[in-house]
Amino acid sequence: MSVTQDEFRDALLNPSQAVPGGLSDGAARPAGRRFNVYRNNVAVSLTEAMKEAFPVITRMLGTANMEGLAGLYLRAHPPSSPLMMHYGEHFPELLARTEQLSHLGYLPDVARLELALRRSYHAADAAPIDPQALALDPDRLLALRPTLAPAAQLVRSRWPIHALWLYNTRDGAPKPEPGAQDVLILRPEFDPEPHLLPPGGAALVQALQGGRTLGEAFYAATQEDPEHDLGASLTLLLAGGAITSFDAKR
Amino acid sequence: MSNTTKSLAVAGAVAAALTAVTTTTASAQAKEKCYGVSLAGQNDCAAGPGTTCAGTSTVDYQGNAWTLVDAGTCTEIELPEMADGTERSGSLEALERDLPS
Repeated sequence: MSVTQDEFRDALLNPSQAVPGGLSDGAARPAGRRFNVYRNNVAVSLTEAMKEAFPVITRMLGTANMEGLAGLYLRAHPPSSPLMMHYGEHFPELLARTEQLSHLGYLPDVARLELALRRSYHAADAAPIDPQALALDPDRLLALRPTLAPAAQLVRSRWPIHALWLYNTRDGAPKPEPGAQDVLILRPEFDPEPHLLPPGGAALVQALQGGRTLGEAFYAATQEDPEHDLGASLTLLLAGGAITSFDAKR
Repeated sequence: MSNTTKSLAVAGAVAAALTAVTTTTASAQAKEKCYGVSLAGQNDCAAGPGTTCAGTSTVDYQGNAWTLVDAGTCTEIELPEMADGTERSGSLEALERDLPS
């Protein structure tokens, strides 16, 4: 008698399901209790992974709540890759559809920010340009197509996610005020850092990531905010090492 | 905005950014990793799970049962209604009535 992979997997993710029959140890004795130990280890290690993956959500909800949610998540979305560093990709959706959390509308976007921070951390290195290379004629500047570093990650939200993140990670950070916030994560050196974008900044970054010229991107930014401060956005991008090349061809 | 105005605006912004960046980089020192200075519970691992940051565990969390207890910083954060007024954030406590009994 043996057990199929489907039976094994179903029982692995469902603690109330009976241990599948047909499991035996090296000496051909029934090995049901070993399965329970294994089943428990899977749940515990994935729960740990979720807490590691979403430290701010864990802090906001408290450890016990986070463990409960992780239990639901790991059974709905077991890892699809042996690389665990991006585990939790679908967690924002679970947070959004969990009835008991519907009054905390910002949670899914905070989770998206935490996912983006990890994407930034693990993104490929890219050497930034020397800012002085941008000292060009105005007409040439408009036609530039800057490339942004893979570590540059944009998260837009109608919630104050930057303030919420700071409040839960930095000592003495002020309490968040309501309002939409767009965040650009940059990784000039080792660790990714989320930066608050000025109004229109997200449109600029989106356009540049979409391969637009600096002129087109500036236009997109002014569509969102006519007063968009391009100098401030460019300073952020250059200081964060986010511009890695530019194609100066017309 | 005419093309000339736009190119002048962009040129001005680039010039301002170049000045700002030169000033900042002159004052900023290169960073280095500093280990062992984080307070307990604050050494969040930017690399995420499955990396050497991740620890091991021996505690049993298995089971689907979970409760929403009053814990965490959500209860400290009071955000008034958003402009559209559809969603409101408050404390976890306020929601206990919606919990399945």
